[in-house]
Amino acid sequence: MGLQAIAFYLLAAVTLGAGFLVVTARNPVHSVLFLILAFFTAAGLFVLLGAEFLAMLLVVVYVGAVAVLFLFVVMMLDVDFSALRAGFARYLPIGLVVGGVLAVEMVLVAVTVALKGAAAAHDAPLVPSHEVTNAEAIGRVLYTDYVYFFQAAGLVLLVAMIGAIVLTLRHKPGVKRQDIAKQVARTPKTGMKLVQIQSGQGVREEGISE
Amino acid sequence: MQGNAVNFWGTPGGWALITVGQVLLVMVGVLISLAFLLWGDRKIWAGVQMRKGPNVVGPFGLFQSFADFIKFVLKEITVPSGADKSVFLLAPVISFVLAFAAWAVIPFGPGWAVSNINVGVLYLFAISSLGVYGIIMGGWASNSKYPFLGGLRSAAQMVSYEVSLGFIIITVILLVGSMNLQTIVEHQAGGFWNWNVFGGGLKNLPMAIVMIPMMVMFFVSALAETNRPPFDLPEAESELVAGYQVEYSSTPYLLFMIGEYSNIVLMCGMITILFFGGWQAPFPTPFTASWAPWALGLFGLAWFAIKIVFWFFMFAMVKAIVPRYRYDQLMRLGWKVFLPTSLVAVVVVAAWRVFGPAA
Repeated sequence: MGLQAIAFYLLAAVTLGAGFLVVTARNPVHSVLFLILAFFTAAGLFVLLGAEFLAMLLVVVYVGAVAVLFLFVVMMLDVDFSALRAGFARYLPIGLVVGGVLAVEMVLVAVTVALKGAAAAHDAPLVPSHEVTNAEAIGRVLYTDYVYFFQAAGLVLLVAMIGAIVLTLRHKPGVKRQDIAKQVARTPKTGMKLVQIQSGQGVREEGISE
Repeated sequence: MQGNAVNFWGTPGGWALITVGQVLLVMVGVLISLAFLLWGDRKIWAGVQMRKGPNVVGPFGLFQSFADFIKFVLKEITVPSGADKSVFLLAPVISFVLAFAAWAVIPFGPGWAVSNINVGVLYLFAISSLGVYGIIMGGWASNSKYPFLGGLRSAAQMVSYEVSLGFIIITVILLVGSMNLQTIVEHQAGGFWNWNVFGGGLKNLPMAIVMIPMMVMFFVSALAETNRPPFDLPEAESELVAGYQVEYSSTPYLLFMIGEYSNIVLMCGMITILFFGGWQAPFPTPFTASWAPWALGLFGLAWFAIKIVFWFFMFAMVKAIVPRYRYDQLMRLGWKVFLPTSLVAVVVVAAWRVFGPAA
């Protein structure tokens, strides 16, 4: 138990510290790197809770894919710091409101847990957690009780994906593209033309006609 | 006195000591194997090109890697002016640490793994998806054009191929019904016809039609994931000099290099575990029934090593033979060929598991 407590406090401290540095770091790339550290240590906290499947998914999805794209964009963008600081006072009220709402929510949760005991936070587990592995337990509820929500979430993602494709896909005329199927299907017969050239006349077409 | 000694290994302190010992054993073992595999890589490459390759240090040049190691360590570390120094030095360390962290769950023999966790496959996948950070951070922190371009290329390439790699792994998980690496290996016991590449068990033999292409795709994706030729665009020397490694010298470069090769050997290990039975012998082994556990372990380790060396040989041959892809061709292969194919394979294998005769 002692070892677990040490690990918890270590990971929690690193998560909080990294979260603080995300906001305060001057270089946006450093901010993203600290965000990644926060994600990673949060995954460590999941492992401590015994939710190793969620922990691995957090690392694969958020750290391995989302944050990479994030870093990618931040590195490419030339962020103007003076412009950012100029807007700070203007956006401060909105930031305070959002922060206040979040703080109230957290206090409410904490008060509920304190009043009703920790059992209120996690009632009887849907699947006995010590009998099956994590992944199986999640699968059992996700594909039975919550299958409609699961499908709806998939649908939302599909719509988002199609939207992104529609926004970025354009067919420019006059661009030469490689068509692998066409290249593979070419034979000497279709790709080559033998021409008998009369001397002094030359060839009518220039180059190889389609 | 004896009782105290037994108790000590059961306490957290003893457990930690055992684990540290195992970790050191695995690390040293992998590092020494890497030295000789690196030598083998260069020898194979040289052989294909009708050169001799390294042949001066030690018999047949066997100790070339150790000489290189000493040379790298003794050189001066140079940090380019204008570089982000802390990120610049952190990047190779991250590469190196992640490359070795992945070995924690690899089963080297029956029961021989530092950590036998239930989500072993996912852990490997997660760690290998983190590997991109070392490269992208190194590329950015160098404050130079070529490394930056190399870093960006690498990020796009690794994220693309991870998707198909994930789906291929899912087909194996579906066949076995577990994400535990030890269980996946034990599932393939009894002979090569039980290996996952042939569907895992005779009753699943029709799935070989799906699994053999999946194995080939996994191999190609592994090449892309480890930035090996023909997909070494992040460090393509004809375009980017050496990509993200341009500004690195001495020990940081060495760390990048070791991390890269450790990842390659890890990928060889993953193919072996997922498709070729891990530490299982390719034939039934009734004669080992009476063997001691340590002998069984060594027997398994030997088979595991043989299979890894075979796949490393394939990696080296591909490097020597296949010309480099163009970047758009690489993206096309990942997104338009591998992703749809592996997605269909997942559907087919899942359908077989639910409706097939083995259900």
